[in-house]
Amino acid sequence: MFTLSIVTPEKIYFEGEVSSIIVPGSQGYLGVLTDHAPLITAVNPGKLTVKDKSGKEFILAVSFGFFEISSNHATLLVDSAEHLPDINPDRARQSLERAKQRLAEHRPEIDSGRAQRSLERARNRLRILREMKG
Amino acid sequence: MPTLRDVKKRIRSVISTRQITKAMEMVSAAKLRRAQARVMQVRPYSEKMTQILESLAAASTGELSHPYFEKREVKKQTLVLITSDRGMCGSFNANLIRRAQEWLAGKDKDKVELVLIGKKGYDFYKRREWPIAGKFMDWSGNLDYGRARDIVEFLTGRFLKKETDEIVIIYTMFISTVRYKLTTVRYLPVEKPKVDEIQHGRIEYIFEPSPENIFTELLPRYALTKMMTSLADSFASEHGTRMIAMGAATKNAGEMIDTLTLQYNKARQAAITKELLEIVSGAEALRS
Repeated sequence: MFTLSIVTPEKIYFEGEVSSIIVPGSQGYLGVLTDHAPLITAVNPGKLTVKDKSGKEFILAVSFGFFEISSNHATLLVDSAEHLPDINPDRARQSLERAKQRLAEHRPEIDSGRAQRSLERARNRLRILREMKG
Repeated sequence: MPTLRDVKKRIRSVISTRQITKAMEMVSAAKLRRAQARVMQVRPYSEKMTQILESLAAASTGELSHPYFEKREVKKQTLVLITSDRGMCGSFNANLIRRAQEWLAGKDKDKVELVLIGKKGYDFYKRREWPIAGKFMDWSGNLDYGRARDIVEFLTGRFLKKETDEIVIIYTMFISTVRYKLTTVRYLPVEKPKVDEIQHGRIEYIFEPSPENIFTELLPRYALTKMMTSLADSFASEHGTRMIAMGAATKNAGEMIDTLTLQYNKARQAAITKELLEIVSGAEALRS
Protein backbone atom coordinates (compact mmCIF):
# COMPACT_ATOMS: atom_id res chain seq x y z
CA MET A 1 0.00 0.00 0.00
CA PHE A 2 1.24 3.49 -0.79
CA THR A 3 -0.31 6.91 -1.20
CA LEU A 4 -0.93 8.38 -4.60
CA SER A 5 -1.87 11.94 -5.40
CA ILE A 6 -2.85 12.95 -8.89
CA VAL A 7 -2.49 16.71 -9.22
CA THR A 8 -3.58 18.75 -12.22
CA PRO A 9 -3.46 22.54 -12.61
CA GLU A 10 -7.22 22.58 -12.07
CA LYS A 11 -7.41 20.57 -8.88
CA ILE A 12 -6.15 17.67 -6.84
CA TYR A 13 -7.77 14.98 -8.89
CA PHE A 14 -7.19 12.09 -6.55
CA GLU A 15 -5.50 11.49 -3.24
CA GLY A 16 -5.49 8.19 -1.40
CA GLU A 17 -4.12 4.73 -0.75
CA VAL A 18 -3.53 2.41 -3.67
CA SER A 19 -1.93 -0.98 -4.00
CA SER A 20 -0.44 -0.66 -7.48
CA ILE A 21 -0.37 1.62 -10.49
CA ILE A 22 0.83 1.45 -14.07
CA VAL A 23 2.17 4.79 -15.28
CA PRO A 24 2.63 5.82 -18.93
CA GLY A 25 6.21 7.02 -18.58
CA SER A 26 8.00 8.72 -21.44
CA GLN A 27 10.20 5.63 -21.82
CA GLY A 28 7.28 3.19 -21.72
CA TYR A 29 4.72 1.94 -19.26
CA LEU A 30 6.01 1.12 -15.81
CA GLY A 31 4.36 -0.70 -12.98
CA VAL A 32 4.76 0.68 -9.48
CA LEU A 33 4.21 -1.35 -6.33
CA THR A 34 4.74 -0.60 -2.66
CA ASP A 35 8.34 0.17 -1.61
CA HIS A 36 9.36 1.21 -5.09
CA ALA A 37 12.78 2.82 -5.32
CA PRO A 38 12.73 6.63 -5.49
CA LEU A 39 12.04 7.60 -9.08
CA ILE A 40 11.30 10.66 -11.14
CA THR A 41 10.09 10.30 -14.68
CA ALA A 42 8.40 12.31 -17.39
CA VAL A 43 4.90 11.17 -18.31
CA ASN A 44 3.44 11.03 -21.79
CA PRO A 45 -0.24 10.83 -22.71
CA GLY A 46 -1.47 7.34 -22.03
CA LYS A 47 -3.45 5.03 -19.88
CA LEU A 48 -3.01 5.11 -16.15
CA THR A 49 -4.14 2.00 -14.34
CA VAL A 50 -4.76 2.33 -10.63
CA LYS A 51 -5.52 -0.65 -8.41
CA ASP A 52 -6.99 0.27 -5.03
CA LYS A 53 -6.79 -1.59 -1.72
CA SER A 54 -9.54 -4.05 -2.59
CA GLY A 55 -7.96 -4.82 -5.95
CA LYS A 56 -10.50 -2.83 -7.93
CA GLU A 57 -9.08 -1.32 -11.09
CA PHE A 58 -9.56 2.23 -12.33
CA ILE A 59 -8.54 3.40 -15.77
CA LEU A 60 -7.65 7.04 -16.38
CA ALA A 61 -6.51 8.95 -19.41
CA VAL A 62 -3.64 11.26 -18.49
CA SER A 63 -1.62 13.70 -20.58
CA PHE A 64 1.85 15.22 -20.30
CA GLY A 65 3.45 15.57 -16.92
CA PHE A 66 5.73 14.05 -14.33
CA PHE A 67 5.71 11.21 -11.89
CA GLU A 68 7.63 11.05 -8.66
CA ILE A 69 7.77 8.42 -5.95
CA SER A 70 9.81 8.27 -2.77
CA SER A 71 9.20 6.54 0.56
CA ASN A 72 5.81 5.28 -0.54
CA HIS A 73 4.50 8.69 -1.57
CA ALA A 74 3.69 8.88 -5.23
CA THR A 75 2.81 12.09 -7.02
CA LEU A 76 1.54 12.30 -10.53
CA LEU A 77 1.70 15.83 -11.86
CA VAL A 78 -0.18 16.01 -15.17
CA ASP A 79 -1.87 18.59 -17.37
CA SER A 80 -5.10 16.63 -17.28
CA ALA A 81 -6.50 13.41 -15.89
CA GLU A 82 -9.84 11.87 -16.74
CA HIS A 83 -11.55 8.84 -15.33
CA LEU A 84 -12.67 6.52 -18.11
CA PRO A 85 -16.45 7.05 -17.67
CA ASP A 86 -15.91 10.83 -17.86
CA ILE A 87 -14.24 10.80 -21.26
CA ASN A 88 -16.44 12.30 -23.90
CA PRO A 89 -15.81 10.44 -27.18
CA ASP A 90 -17.40 13.14 -29.33
CA ARG A 91 -15.26 15.86 -27.86
CA ALA A 92 -12.13 13.76 -28.23
CA ARG A 93 -12.97 13.08 -31.88
CA GLN A 94 -13.62 16.76 -32.50
CA SER A 95 -10.36 17.89 -31.01
CA LEU A 96 -8.55 15.17 -32.97
CA GLU A 97 -10.01 16.55 -36.19
CA ARG A 98 -9.22 20.11 -35.23
CA ALA A 99 -5.63 19.29 -34.36
CA LYS A 100 -5.14 17.33 -37.59
CA GLN A 101 -6.52 20.21 -39.60
CA ARG A 102 -4.27 22.69 -37.86
CA LEU A 103 -1.19 20.59 -38.48
CA ALA A 104 -2.12 20.15 -42.13
CA GLU A 105 -2.53 23.88 -42.73
CA HIS A 106 1.07 24.79 -41.88
CA ARG A 107 0.20 28.36 -41.10
CA PRO A 108 2.98 30.31 -39.39
CA GLU A 109 0.77 31.71 -36.63
CA ILE A 110 -0.19 28.24 -35.48
CA ASP A 111 1.91 26.77 -32.73
CA SER A 112 2.65 23.35 -34.19
CA GLY A 113 3.95 22.02 -30.90
CA ARG A 114 0.68 22.86 -29.21
CA ALA A 115 -1.35 21.29 -32.00
CA GLN A 116 0.83 18.19 -31.91
CA ARG A 117 0.27 17.82 -28.19
CA SER A 118 -3.44 18.32 -28.57
CA LEU A 119 -3.44 15.66 -31.26
CA GLU A 120 -1.66 13.21 -29.01
CA ARG A 121 -4.04 13.89 -26.14
CA ALA A 122 -7.09 13.27 -28.32
CA ARG A 123 -5.59 10.12 -29.81
CA ASN A 124 -4.81 8.85 -26.35
CA ARG A 125 -8.38 9.33 -25.15
CA LEU A 126 -9.82 7.57 -28.16
CA ARG A 127 -7.34 4.71 -27.92
CA ILE A 128 -8.24 4.08 -24.32
CA LEU A 129 -11.93 4.16 -25.11
CA ARG A 130 -11.44 1.65 -27.90
CA GLU A 131 -9.35 -0.67 -25.77
CA MET A 132 -11.91 -0.70 -23.02
CA LYS A 133 -14.81 -1.42 -25.30
CA GLY A 134 -13.13 -4.27 -27.15
CA MET B 1 -29.64 75.85 5.51
CA PRO B 2 -30.37 73.76 2.40
CA THR B 3 -33.92 73.79 1.18
CA LEU B 4 -36.22 70.82 1.48
CA ARG B 5 -35.98 70.04 -2.20
CA ASP B 6 -32.18 70.04 -2.19
CA VAL B 7 -32.02 67.62 0.70
CA LYS B 8 -34.56 65.33 -0.90
CA LYS B 9 -32.58 65.28 -4.12
CA ARG B 10 -29.41 64.37 -2.29
CA ILE B 11 -31.10 61.59 -0.39
CA ARG B 12 -32.32 60.12 -3.64
CA SER B 13 -28.89 60.26 -5.23
CA VAL B 14 -27.24 58.66 -2.21
CA ILE B 15 -29.83 55.88 -2.23
CA SER B 16 -29.10 55.02 -5.83
CA THR B 17 -25.37 55.12 -5.16
CA ARG B 18 -25.90 52.69 -2.31
CA GLN B 19 -27.77 50.39 -4.64
CA ILE B 20 -24.86 50.37 -7.04
CA THR B 21 -22.20 49.78 -4.42
CA LYS B 22 -24.32 47.06 -2.84
CA ALA B 23 -24.65 45.30 -6.19
CA MET B 24 -20.93 45.62 -6.84
CA GLU B 25 -20.18 44.21 -3.44
CA MET B 26 -22.27 41.16 -4.15
CA VAL B 27 -20.81 40.64 -7.60
CA SER B 28 -17.30 40.86 -6.14
CA ALA B 29 -18.19 38.39 -3.43
CA ALA B 30 -19.29 35.87 -6.03
CA LYS B 31 -16.21 36.47 -8.16
CA LEU B 32 -13.99 36.28 -5.12
CA ARG B 33 -15.34 32.85 -4.25
CA ARG B 34 -14.45 31.59 -7.70
CA ALA B 35 -11.04 33.25 -7.73
CA GLN B 36 -10.25 31.97 -4.27
CA ALA B 37 -11.13 28.42 -5.24
CA ARG B 38 -8.86 28.86 -8.23
CA VAL B 39 -5.95 29.96 -6.04
CA MET B 40 -6.43 26.98 -3.79
CA GLN B 41 -6.48 24.65 -6.78
CA VAL B 42 -3.40 26.03 -8.48
CA ARG B 43 -1.27 26.10 -5.35
CA PRO B 44 -0.85 22.37 -4.73
CA TYR B 45 0.20 21.85 -8.33
CA SER B 46 2.84 24.53 -8.17
CA GLU B 47 4.05 23.34 -4.78
CA LYS B 48 4.48 19.79 -6.06
CA MET B 49 6.27 21.11 -9.08
CA THR B 50 8.71 23.10 -6.97
CA GLN B 51 9.24 19.98 -4.90
CA ILE B 52 10.13 17.91 -7.95
CA LEU B 53 12.39 20.68 -9.17
CA GLU B 54 14.21 20.64 -5.86
CA SER B 55 14.50 16.87 -5.84
CA LEU B 56 15.95 17.00 -9.31
CA ALA B 57 18.47 19.63 -8.37
CA ALA B 58 19.40 17.80 -5.20
CA ALA B 59 19.82 14.48 -6.88
CA SER B 60 21.40 15.27 -10.17
CA THR B 61 25.16 15.18 -10.09
CA GLY B 62 26.38 17.51 -12.81
CA GLU B 63 25.76 21.21 -13.09
CA LEU B 64 22.22 21.80 -14.22
CA SER B 65 21.96 23.91 -17.27
CA HIS B 66 18.98 25.18 -19.13
CA PRO B 67 18.43 28.45 -21.01
CA TYR B 68 15.96 29.53 -18.30
CA PHE B 69 18.71 29.33 -15.71
CA GLU B 70 21.14 31.44 -17.67
CA LYS B 71 22.35 34.38 -15.65
CA ARG B 72 23.67 37.13 -17.85
CA GLU B 73 25.09 40.52 -17.17
CA VAL B 74 21.92 42.55 -16.69
CA LYS B 75 21.77 45.11 -19.47
CA LYS B 76 18.02 45.23 -19.64
CA GLN B 77 15.37 44.45 -17.06
CA THR B 78 11.70 43.80 -17.64
CA LEU B 79 9.12 44.68 -15.06
CA VAL B 80 5.84 42.81 -15.26
CA LEU B 81 3.17 44.67 -13.32
CA ILE B 82 -0.12 42.91 -12.64
CA THR B 83 -2.90 45.38 -11.84
CA SER B 84 -6.67 45.18 -12.20
CA ASP B 85 -8.61 46.25 -15.27
CA ARG B 86 -11.17 48.20 -13.30
CA GLY B 87 -11.10 50.53 -10.37
CA MET B 88 -13.39 50.76 -7.36
CA CYS B 89 -11.11 48.54 -5.36
CA GLY B 90 -9.69 50.89 -2.78
CA SER B 91 -5.96 51.39 -2.79
CA PHE B 92 -5.25 48.12 -4.62
CA ASN B 93 -3.84 49.60 -7.81
CA ALA B 94 -2.34 52.62 -6.09
CA ASN B 95 -0.30 50.29 -3.89
CA LEU B 96 0.88 48.23 -6.83
CA ILE B 97 1.85 51.28 -8.83
CA ARG B 98 3.66 52.76 -5.86
CA ARG B 99 5.65 49.56 -5.52
CA ALA B 100 6.46 49.66 -9.24
CA GLN B 101 7.52 53.30 -8.98
CA GLU B 102 9.83 52.43 -6.11
CA TRP B 103 11.34 49.65 -8.18
CA LEU B 104 11.81 51.94 -11.15
CA ALA B 105 13.20 54.83 -9.14
CA GLY B 106 16.77 55.62 -10.07
CA LYS B 107 16.84 53.20 -12.97
CA ASP B 108 17.95 54.26 -16.41
CA LYS B 109 14.98 54.29 -18.76
CA ASP B 110 17.03 52.70 -21.55
CA LYS B 111 17.75 49.75 -19.33
CA VAL B 112 14.22 48.82 -18.31
CA GLU B 113 11.00 48.00 -20.06
CA LEU B 114 7.48 47.39 -18.83
CA VAL B 115 5.01 44.63 -19.50
CA LEU B 116 1.63 45.63 -18.17
CA ILE B 117 -1.06 43.17 -17.28
CA GLY B 118 -4.32 44.94 -16.43
CA LYS B 119 -5.63 48.23 -17.65
CA LYS B 120 -4.97 50.34 -14.58
CA GLY B 121 -1.25 49.85 -14.80
CA TYR B 122 -1.29 50.64 -18.48
CA ASP B 123 -3.34 53.80 -17.94
CA PHE B 124 -0.76 54.99 -15.47
CA TYR B 125 2.31 54.22 -17.54
CA LYS B 126 1.15 54.98 -21.06
CA ARG B 127 2.10 58.64 -20.75
CA ARG B 128 5.27 58.16 -18.81
CA GLU B 129 8.87 57.91 -19.85
CA TRP B 130 9.31 54.17 -19.35
CA PRO B 131 9.15 52.09 -22.53
CA ILE B 132 6.29 49.59 -22.69
CA ALA B 133 7.22 46.28 -24.29
CA GLY B 134 3.84 44.63 -24.01
CA LYS B 135 0.39 44.91 -22.56
CA PHE B 136 -2.25 42.33 -21.74
CA MET B 137 -5.59 43.84 -20.79
CA ASP B 138 -9.30 43.14 -20.45
CA TRP B 139 -9.26 40.06 -18.30
CA SER B 140 -12.50 41.01 -16.56
CA GLY B 141 -11.06 39.37 -13.49
CA ASN B 142 -11.08 35.86 -14.92
CA LEU B 143 -8.06 33.66 -15.28
CA ASP B 144 -7.70 32.42 -18.81
CA TYR B 145 -5.27 29.55 -19.33
CA GLY B 146 -4.65 30.33 -23.00
CA ARG B 147 -3.91 33.99 -22.33
CA ALA B 148 -1.60 33.13 -19.44
CA ARG B 149 0.29 30.95 -21.88
CA ASP B 150 0.51 33.82 -24.36
CA ILE B 151 2.12 35.96 -21.68
CA VAL B 152 4.58 33.23 -20.79
CA GLU B 153 5.49 32.69 -24.43
CA PHE B 154 5.97 36.41 -24.89
CA LEU B 155 8.19 36.74 -21.83
CA THR B 156 10.27 33.62 -22.33
CA GLY B 157 10.63 34.54 -26.00
CA ARG B 158 12.10 37.92 -25.10
CA PHE B 159 14.39 36.33 -22.57
CA LEU B 160 15.66 33.63 -24.91
CA LYS B 161 16.22 36.13 -27.73
CA LYS B 162 18.29 38.12 -25.22
CA GLU B 163 16.04 41.14 -25.58
CA THR B 164 15.92 41.22 -21.83
CA ASP B 165 18.22 39.75 -19.22
CA GLU B 166 16.04 39.70 -16.18
CA ILE B 167 12.28 39.61 -15.68
CA VAL B 168 10.67 40.70 -12.44
CA ILE B 169 6.99 40.44 -11.53
CA ILE B 170 5.15 42.75 -9.15
CA TYR B 171 1.85 41.28 -8.03
CA THR B 172 -0.26 40.77 -4.93
CA MET B 173 -0.16 37.49 -3.09
CA PHE B 174 -3.59 36.53 -1.84
CA ILE B 175 -3.72 35.81 1.88
CA SER B 176 -7.35 36.28 2.83
CA THR B 177 -10.31 38.39 1.78
CA VAL B 178 -9.01 41.34 3.74
CA ARG B 179 -5.32 40.76 3.25
CA TYR B 180 -2.89 40.57 0.40
CA LYS B 181 0.83 40.99 0.22
CA LEU B 182 2.61 43.11 -2.36
CA THR B 183 5.22 40.84 -3.84
CA THR B 184 8.22 41.49 -6.04
CA VAL B 185 9.67 38.30 -7.44
CA ARG B 186 12.19 37.37 -10.09
CA TYR B 187 10.62 35.40 -12.89
CA LEU B 188 13.53 34.75 -15.22
CA PRO B 189 16.23 33.53 -15.01
CA VAL B 190 14.74 30.88 -12.77
CA GLU B 191 16.40 30.76 -9.39
CA LYS B 192 18.32 27.53 -9.11
CA PRO B 193 16.91 25.53 -6.23
CA LYS B 194 19.23 25.65 -3.26
CA VAL B 195 20.84 22.36 -2.47
CA ASP B 196 22.51 21.92 0.87
CA GLU B 197 24.74 19.06 1.89
CA ILE B 198 22.15 17.12 3.85
CA GLN B 199 19.59 17.35 1.11
CA HIS B 200 22.11 16.21 -1.41
CA GLY B 201 22.57 12.80 0.07
CA ARG B 202 18.98 12.34 1.14
CA ILE B 203 17.31 10.45 -1.65
CA GLU B 204 18.94 8.64 -4.51
CA TYR B 205 16.43 9.01 -7.27
CA ILE B 206 16.25 6.99 -10.45
CA PHE B 207 15.62 9.24 -13.44
CA GLU B 208 13.84 8.28 -16.57
CA PRO B 209 15.02 9.76 -18.88
CA SER B 210 18.08 11.68 -17.61
CA PRO B 211 17.67 14.59 -15.15
CA GLU B 212 18.65 16.97 -17.95
CA ASN B 213 15.84 15.70 -20.15
CA ILE B 214 13.32 15.98 -17.37
CA PHE B 215 14.50 19.51 -16.74
CA THR B 216 13.86 20.46 -20.33
CA GLU B 217 10.32 19.20 -19.94
CA LEU B 218 9.79 20.61 -16.50
CA LEU B 219 11.03 24.18 -16.75
CA PRO B 220 8.61 25.53 -19.38
CA ARG B 221 5.79 24.10 -17.31
CA TYR B 222 7.27 25.60 -14.21
CA ALA B 223 7.34 29.02 -15.88
CA LEU B 224 3.72 28.68 -16.90
CA THR B 225 2.63 27.51 -13.47
CA LYS B 226 4.40 30.41 -11.80
CA MET B 227 2.60 32.87 -14.06
CA MET B 228 -0.73 31.15 -13.43
CA THR B 229 -0.31 31.34 -9.68
CA SER B 230 0.69 35.01 -9.82
CA LEU B 231 -2.37 35.83 -11.91
CA ALA B 232 -4.71 33.74 -9.78
CA ASP B 233 -3.40 35.44 -6.64
CA SER B 234 -3.77 38.90 -8.16
CA PHE B 235 -7.33 38.33 -9.29
CA ALA B 236 -8.38 36.94 -5.94
CA SER B 237 -6.79 39.91 -4.14
CA GLU B 238 -8.50 42.32 -6.52
CA HIS B 239 -11.95 40.87 -5.91
CA GLY B 240 -11.36 40.68 -2.18
CA THR B 241 -10.27 44.31 -1.99
CA ARG B 242 -13.15 45.45 -4.15
CA MET B 243 -15.63 43.59 -2.01
CA ILE B 244 -14.29 45.25 1.14
CA ALA B 245 -14.20 48.70 -0.48
CA MET B 246 -17.74 48.37 -1.75
CA GLY B 247 -18.94 47.06 1.60
CA ALA B 248 -17.50 50.14 3.28
CA ALA B 249 -19.05 52.39 0.64
CA THR B 250 -22.45 50.81 1.17
CA LYS B 251 -22.17 51.32 4.91
CA ASN B 252 -21.12 54.94 4.49
CA ALA B 253 -23.99 55.57 2.12
CA GLY B 254 -26.37 54.14 4.72
CA GLU B 255 -25.01 56.47 7.39
CA MET B 256 -25.26 59.40 5.03
CA ILE B 257 -28.88 58.60 4.25
CA ASP B 258 -29.63 58.57 7.99
CA THR B 259 -28.07 62.00 8.58
CA LEU B 260 -29.71 63.44 5.51
CA THR B 261 -33.10 62.04 6.47
CA LEU B 262 -32.72 63.62 9.88
CA GLN B 263 -31.80 66.90 8.27
CA TYR B 264 -34.75 66.60 5.92
CA ASN B 265 -37.19 65.93 8.77
CA LYS B 266 -35.81 68.83 10.77
CA ALA B 267 -36.14 71.16 7.80
CA ARG B 268 -39.68 69.95 7.15
CA GLN B 269 -40.61 70.44 10.80
CA ALA B 270 -39.08 73.91 10.74
CA ALA B 271 -41.10 74.77 7.66
CA ILE B 272 -44.33 73.57 9.24
CA THR B 273 -43.64 75.51 12.41
CA LYS B 274 -42.90 78.58 10.37
CA GLU B 275 -46.13 78.28 8.43
CA LEU B 276 -48.14 77.78 11.59
CA LEU B 277 -46.55 80.84 13.10
CA GLU B 278 -47.41 82.83 10.05
CA ILE B 279 -51.04 81.69 10.09
CA VAL B 280 -51.41 82.33 13.80
CA SER B 281 -49.81 85.74 13.69
CA GLY B 282 -51.89 86.59 10.60
CA ALA B 283 -55.09 85.63 12.43
CA GLU B 284 -53.96 87.62 15.47
CA ALA B 285 -53.37 90.65 13.29
CA LEU B 286 -56.86 90.39 11.74
CA ARG B 287 -58.59 90.03 15.08
CA SER B 288 -57.08 93.12 16.63
